[in-house]
Amino acid sequence: MKLKNPWPIYFKKDVETHYCPGCGHGIVHRLISEAVEELDVGKRTICVNPAGCAVIAYNYLNVDCIESAHGRGTAVATGLKRARPDLFVISYQGDGDLAAIGTAETIHSANRGECFTAVLINNAVYGMTGGQMAPTTLLSQKTTTTPTGRTSGNDGYPLHITDVVATFKGVAYAERVAVNGPAAVQRAKKALKNAFQAQIDGLGYSIIEVLSPCPVNWKMSPIEAWKWIDDVLSKEFPLGVLADRRPKAV
Amino acid sequence: MSKTKNKVVIRTEYCKGCGLCAAVCKKGVLQTSENLNKQGYYYMEPAEGAECTGCMSCTLVCPDLAIEVYSE
Ligand SMILES: Cc1ncc(C[n+]2csc(CCOP(=O)(O)OP(=O)(O)O)c2C)c(N)n1
Ligand code: SF4
Ligand code: SF4
Ligand code: SF4
Repeated sequence: MKLKNPWPIYFKKDVETHYCPGCGHGIVHRLISEAVEELDVGKRTICVNPAGCAVIAYNYLNVDCIESAHGRGTAVATGLKRARPDLFVISYQGDGDLAAIGTAETIHSANRGECFTAVLINNAVYGMTGGQMAPTTLLSQKTTTTPTGRTSGNDGYPLHITDVVATFKGVAYAERVAVNGPAAVQRAKKALKNAFQAQIDGLGYSIIEVLSPCPVNWKMSPIEAWKWIDDVLSKEFPLGVLADRRPKAV
Repeated sequence: MSKTKNKVVIRTEYCKGCGLCAAVCKKGVLQTSENLNKQGYYYMEPAEGAECTGCMSCTLVCPDLAIEVYSE
């Protein structure tokens, strides 16, 4: 019998990931490794890892990786790409990382149209540190720092960072996807490949935001977490293409 | 038309028992084992007699690359 899903060469084999059961990080890692293989850029890929649950993504991704200080992934990615334009550069970041402590780096690298791809994992909390409020936390969502629910008066509103950067002329491609089901996973992979191709074609900045389950901090089963993305999280953060400035095929 | 035969294999030591594969399998092929793996999770196993169609839905959603699907 023939194996229908051969191992992605840019994912390390025979390592157990440290992610919780049902966590979206593992799916996104797999999609990235499949996409760089299919686009034939794996050998020149360098992934900037964040502070956050994905801090040791280099143990799983079989591509070169570099660690960044919390939130500064897009600054590191800027330096890498400017010094070595031949590299294929990904900045992998959580929502706390990219949209709170790293907001300045995120906004200005996108506005400058730096030619790399940011992958934003939106799980509506700070996962690694125990489920504190993130900029993306929903109103009335309970977290360890909003035990009675986020309120706009005290904490402001959920931050739509990808919608913000999508307005910048330097951004070639921006899309929001989810990974809560087979069809959603297929769409997420297509979006990643669009963003990666925009970088390969030298078109500028690209970003893919992924609505990603964090069952442990949401205090849900993995299946409930999937449903919560459909019923609640994606209502605040609708899926779809937010910017597409790629030249139209003629 | 001859029917293709498919087989699903769980890499049990890498499975975390999240159950997402079983939730998307329309054929009820995957069930939770009564045994723990060395990570301490009740891993998944193919159910006796259930027929895998090779649709690959389970492999798409598995966060731990713990599923292999074979076909003839
Ligand atoms: C400068 C600095 N401040 C604070 C921290 C502590 N810290 C580590 S991860 C993290 C939050 C990560 O949340 P997020 O970016 O949403 O990623 P997730 O863990 O949810 O994937 C924080 C505050 C740190 N490592 N460095
Ligand atoms: S805390 Fe949340 S984001 Fe972090 S590994 Fe667990 S499920 Fe994933
Ligand atoms: S989806 Fe993967 S990790 Fe989760 S129960 Fe199924 S085989 Fe195990
Ligand atoms: S390939 Fe399809 S039919 Fe076979 S176990 Fe997976 S989900 Fe079920």
